[in-house]
Amino acid sequence: MADFSDPVILARIQFAFTVSFHIIFPATSIGLASFLAFVQWRWMQTREEVYLTLFDFWIKPFAVVFGMGVVSGLMLSYEFGTNWSVFADKAGPVIGPLMGYEVMTAFFVEAGFLGVMLFGRDKVGPRLHFFATFMVAAGTLGSAFWILSVNSWMQTPAGYGMNEAGQFIPLSWMEVIFNPSFPYRFVHMVFAAYLTTALVVAATAAYHLRRARQNRTTRKMFSLAMWIIAIVAPLQILAGDQHGLNTYEHQPAKVAALEGHFKTRKAAPEYIFGWPNMETGEIDYAVSIPYLGSWILTHDFNAEVVGLDQFPREDWPNVNILFWSFRIMVGLGLLFFTLGCWGLWKRYRGQLYDSPRLAQFALMLGPTGYIAVLCGWVTTEVGRQPYTIYGLLRTSDSVSPVAAPAVATSLAAIVVVYLFVFGLGTLYTLRLLAKDPPDSPAEQQRGLLDQGGRRAVRIWRLIWPGREV
Amino acid sequence: MDYALIWALILAIGVFVYVALDGFDLGVGILFPLLEDEQERDTAIGAIAPVWDGNETWLVLGGGGLLAVFPLAYSVIFPALYVPLIAMLLALVFRGVAFEFRVHAGRHKRFWDHAFFGGSLVAAFAQGISLGAWLQGIEVVGRSYSGAWWDWLTPFSVATGLALVFGYALLGAAWLNLKTEGALNARVNRLIIPLAAATIGFIVAVSLWTPFMNERYAARWFTFPTMIYALPVPLFVAATVFTLWQSLKNDNALRAFLSAELLFLLCYIGIGISVWPHIVPTAITIHDAAGPDKSLGFLLVGAVVLIPLILAYTAAAYWIFRGKVKHGGYHH
Repeated sequence: MADFSDPVILARIQFAFTVSFHIIFPATSIGLASFLAFVQWRWMQTREEVYLTLFDFWIKPFAVVFGMGVVSGLMLSYEFGTNWSVFADKAGPVIGPLMGYEVMTAFFVEAGFLGVMLFGRDKVGPRLHFFATFMVAAGTLGSAFWILSVNSWMQTPAGYGMNEAGQFIPLSWMEVIFNPSFPYRFVHMVFAAYLTTALVVAATAAYHLRRARQNRTTRKMFSLAMWIIAIVAPLQILAGDQHGLNTYEHQPAKVAALEGHFKTRKAAPEYIFGWPNMETGEIDYAVSIPYLGSWILTHDFNAEVVGLDQFPREDWPNVNILFWSFRIMVGLGLLFFTLGCWGLWKRYRGQLYDSPRLAQFALMLGPTGYIAVLCGWVTTEVGRQPYTIYGLLRTSDSVSPVAAPAVATSLAAIVVVYLFVFGLGTLYTLRLLAKDPPDSPAEQQRGLLDQGGRRAVRIWRLIWPGREV
Repeated sequence: MDYALIWALILAIGVFVYVALDGFDLGVGILFPLLEDEQERDTAIGAIAPVWDGNETWLVLGGGGLLAVFPLAYSVIFPALYVPLIAMLLALVFRGVAFEFRVHAGRHKRFWDHAFFGGSLVAAFAQGISLGAWLQGIEVVGRSYSGAWWDWLTPFSVATGLALVFGYALLGAAWLNLKTEGALNARVNRLIIPLAAATIGFIVAVSLWTPFMNERYAARWFTFPTMIYALPVPLFVAATVFTLWQSLKNDNALRAFLSAELLFLLCYIGIGISVWPHIVPTAITIHDAAGPDKSLGFLLVGAVVLIPLILAYTAAAYWIFRGKVKHGGYHH
């Protein structure tokens, strides 16, 4: 069991807790910023009122979520120093400049243009206002680029040397930034953010759709979100598969643990369920599909896959956590894919807005994108253990010379404040989402009505000319 | 000029920009209980809402930049200031969300007003304590902090903490004086003189205290030739105080605000004169702490291009939101 008088364990819990809270907000703001830029761009193109209504509806939750993201991210940028100072000293010359670029190219861009985006519509013209929204969206993606570069370097370090003070020093910045796992991780995370946001938007629309099915703003919201899910969910499965192959190449112990492969063998099965037993090296209560494990990792049914027996016991990550976090993530991913397909089918049948069961399903999946994101991060971060820099610097050698009571006290304070503040933040955000979006005038968006509806409007006009429908 | 020196200068400027900008919006928070009613508080929030995000980002640059170019200093200073830094960050969490939440909080709006005040106060006090704890010296053995985890708490650091609280309140009052009109304006206008007096009192106390803490500091200020550089600082402080008083008398709000900011700049330069060339007083110099040239050079390329750009659009944002804030401020 975890030893709570050990500063390493406490520092790990503290970092895991703060980073897990933090990732919720960027996962939303990356997706929402792009969504807002998209609807504003469509409004510039079509001048259809509905896009502006959507923009106004989503900018409020965006502001709240963005604010929570900024303050929780600020905490993280200092935590490297307070709790992980040896790591900061050793890895600073490599990861520090990447984080410096993140602040300069992304954080400042987001924060600088946010004021104009939120409050400036009446002060600057529509073009400049769109530019501000666009810059905020670009800034969120820039942030993700640099931070994932840092994280990927810690997973698959490249382009570095060591100096006499024991620090990692950069030899090639291209190799550092575009380290072997970076492209996969970046794409996987951006898709995750888009998908998570689309699920929230779809659930919000589904909630309102059940109450007022004719609201054109709600319909548009639902339609856009379902398009994003239908497109991104399958792409995410492909990206995840590619990421998995990359991880298998560079971090085989992580993959062995998340697949529950204790022994190296050919034609390995894929465990669907089971309970990894780290004592006996078996999967208890296993339900498995033969050959599938080999196929997933190598795309060859009979290939040999590496098991944990290839690694010293002290280099194993925690198998139980990885095994389950990975399965929850993949399982949810398949549900998202199902939702996307179902939406496409109903759209094809012309019943996208008329299926209570589809709306119910979308509503249920609304918050699950976050669970998938968190499980994904748990998989990759717990899988990196027992190292902070994979294979090079152990977690136990990275921690600050700070006494356990200090870490324990700050951990307790952080937990209390975070639960309180971000709990209420979530409540306020939900309250905003529960407000009915105003309906949009029919005139400007006939495209939203189905054929039958349009015919009805025309007939209605004959009876009562000039009357708004 | 070498990389370490250039970066010390850039970081020093970055931290000052943070103090100059977030200083006034923290100050607005500290003044919150002195405002009359909900409408005045809304207006005060409106006077900072469009810019606070950008202001706070300079603090991230301070933390991130230190890690990037002086990793050794970062890994020594942060454990030494563990408690005040965590307190500051949690306070900033409260303050940051209070901005966004109070509009949506309905009948709990008052609660977030208190949170905004408390967060601003604790953040300012913790920053002042961190400054004092840093200035009084940090124990180092090898490459890490070797002091105890309560070393930061001394009478001196409490004094610097209070100094910053009053100083930020002064900046906040001067900013509101510039951005508001009517009764609120009259109220904050009356606050500036007493706040300035308190701030100057603390400046004098801390300035007299500092040289006695460390003989290196004393030598800087009281021996030839370095005192030639040091002496003008108190003279300029006196001149600035006079300008502040004059501009208040002439009702020149912009000039009063800039005078208050100039006061901060002069103190900042004074501290720089004391600690130079150390980045961890009095244990590690900027050259000892600097990362390899390859790291400093790589980031410098970006900094040279991007920091002027950031300053330019920050200025543009201030220009867009120039002028007095109407009652109720901005909404989204």
